[in-house]
Amino acid sequence: MRISVSNENKPILIASFFIVVILLAGTVYTLSTAGTAPLLSPKYLLQQLQTGSFLGICAAGMMMVILLGHIDLSIPWTLTAAAMTATAVGGEMALPTALAVGIAVGMLNGFGVAFLRIPSMIFTLGVDTVLRGLMVAQTGGFAPQDTATPLMLFLAKDRILGIPVALFVWAAVSVFVIVILTRTGFGRSIYATGSREGAAYLSGIRTRFVTMGAFVMSGLCASVAGVLLAGYSAKAYQGMGNAFLLPAIAAVVLGGTHILGGRGRYIGTLIGAILIVLLNSVLSIMQMPEAGRQIIYGTVIIAMLLVYGRNQRITS
Amino acid sequence: MRQGRLTRWFFQNVGLASALLLFAVLFFSYNMMHPRGFSAAVAVQNANETAAIAFLAMAQTLPVLLGGLDLSVGAVMTLTNCIASELVNGSPAQILLGVVATLLSGAAFGLMNGLIVVYGRIQPIIATLATGAIAIGLALLVRPKPGGAVDGDLGWALTNSVWDFADTYGIAGGGDAWWIRPFADIPVPVIIVLLVTILVWVPFRRSVTGRTVYAIGSAEGAAFMSGLPIDRAKIAAFTLGGFFAACGGLYLAIQTSSGNADIQQAGAYTLNSIAAVVLGGTSLLGGVGSAVGSLIGAGILRVISFYFRILDIDPLLQPLIEGVVLLVAVSFGAIRTLRVKNKLDLFR
Repeated sequence: MRISVSNENKPILIASFFIVVILLAGTVYTLSTAGTAPLLSPKYLLQQLQTGSFLGICAAGMMMVILLGHIDLSIPWTLTAAAMTATAVGGEMALPTALAVGIAVGMLNGFGVAFLRIPSMIFTLGVDTVLRGLMVAQTGGFAPQDTATPLMLFLAKDRILGIPVALFVWAAVSVFVIVILTRTGFGRSIYATGSREGAAYLSGIRTRFVTMGAFVMSGLCASVAGVLLAGYSAKAYQGMGNAFLLPAIAAVVLGGTHILGGRGRYIGTLIGAILIVLLNSVLSIMQMPEAGRQIIYGTVIIAMLLVYGRNQRITS
Repeated sequence: MRQGRLTRWFFQNVGLASALLLFAVLFFSYNMMHPRGFSAAVAVQNANETAAIAFLAMAQTLPVLLGGLDLSVGAVMTLTNCIASELVNGSPAQILLGVVATLLSGAAFGLMNGLIVVYGRIQPIIATLATGAIAIGLALLVRPKPGGAVDGDLGWALTNSVWDFADTYGIAGGGDAWWIRPFADIPVPVIIVLLVTILVWVPFRRSVTGRTVYAIGSAEGAAFMSGLPIDRAKIAAFTLGGFFAACGGLYLAIQTSSGNADIQQAGAYTLNSIAAVVLGGTSLLGGVGSAVGSLIGAGILRVISFYFRILDIDPLLQPLIEGVVLLVAVSFGAIRTLRVKNKLDLFR
């Protein structure tokens, strides 16, 4: 029997298959060295996914932007700025302030990309630098002395029914993104604008506001991740977002979203994020030194894209 | 007639011309304000700090001209920096061999990028994101801890003025020969960057392969239909990018006399190289611009940071000012949107 898989779902299947391979390889390794199989225990997996939720949420926002054929390089310091303002404001207003920071940064990015027509690659990079400058100026280059509010600690660290709350947040963000992408006009407009902005414009879509909306979503997701990460480490610190930019892009692309926009499903991004989180955790179980990690990380991305990420040749 | 050609050149290269103007104004007023401005010492110091980012900006230019982006330039620079810190010392023959090996390893890494992009048919930005991680991993293998050694004479000779270069190696009468006098105060890094530009970039740009790079960036389909060697040009562009990045890594090793597999530094250099390319008038859409412009862009980036030393600015505000200047500079590109007559042209 021949199972036919549509082009859009192929990456998702292959990525899921690879997750299983990673889990099996890690388990074989731990069985042979320690005689235990921690990778298959739900408790360990949940813990890994808890720390992976920050990446997953960043990737969800990044995907909205990549679907447009743009990219958001301002995620690291949007995340940090949101976390720092949240801890600095404190109290009841911490969470709304952080989200407001994310929305404001997203609107600025969207304005530059959609209205000033500056390539997103360079504009979001500039915004990232400005945010870093603002945070350095505000905190004096040190970790601020403020601590995370109880609500942030709850969101990032607590468990309900044995499941980390952070996972519920990730799930909520995921459902939100899925509904937007598949069930709303805004979502359809994102796909249309990403495929060909001129055509979308002529069809009556206000493409500039669509672009702006996608960047706002990205900023919002980054700020949620920032709040969670600040709660998880109980404080905000300089450069806390640096480790999320490239893995977020990698997660989106491994999940089958086309980097030039217009194609991709959210479920792929979700699986891509899980893949990267598990790959990292297996490598750390193997006590792989940083050098080996980086090499394996790069090789896996290249290898998986060679399997399914190949473009059409441009011949006309 | 001559005037006419100059004006035409100006209107054909508005980006490059305005970058050149901006750089000239910034650099001139910097030297005016500096207590020891227009002296060899200041020039040498500035040139030393600019050389590495200048090479990286050139490296980034080629993929950008193709309409892509190379996120691995900083990582390749770091890798070659570490290799150079292992190899560039010992007898003159060993030093030469080490230099060649460093440059070749950078070019080889660029070649690998090119092969993956062309035959793997993966978008450059994603392919180089992954190979950048590989390059950092290799750099960590070569040099797990910062350190290493580079030949001291070479380091001194290449990071000072021409007179010091001649003095170190006892050529041209220890730097006092009459014919070297006019050049004696020029910093050696400036000469190295110009030499690489003239010997590598200019011939490449004039070759069929180089022109094909521009053609691909303008319209890949049309370039293919015209029978241009697309695959060869792409591979050559990435290989040359790797070579330029290796020049940057090698220079960094000579300048700091050590190697350092620093992931943060690699990322910062990659991002700065993109900024320099854009400031130099090269379009991120591809097909327009040149490595010479990127050199100027790198110069602008660096001069801005030099200002912090002479102006009494709170160090904590420096990153903010740098960011705002970058953002404002790239926002000038928005002037294009005001001139567009047909709104659909915006959505290209």
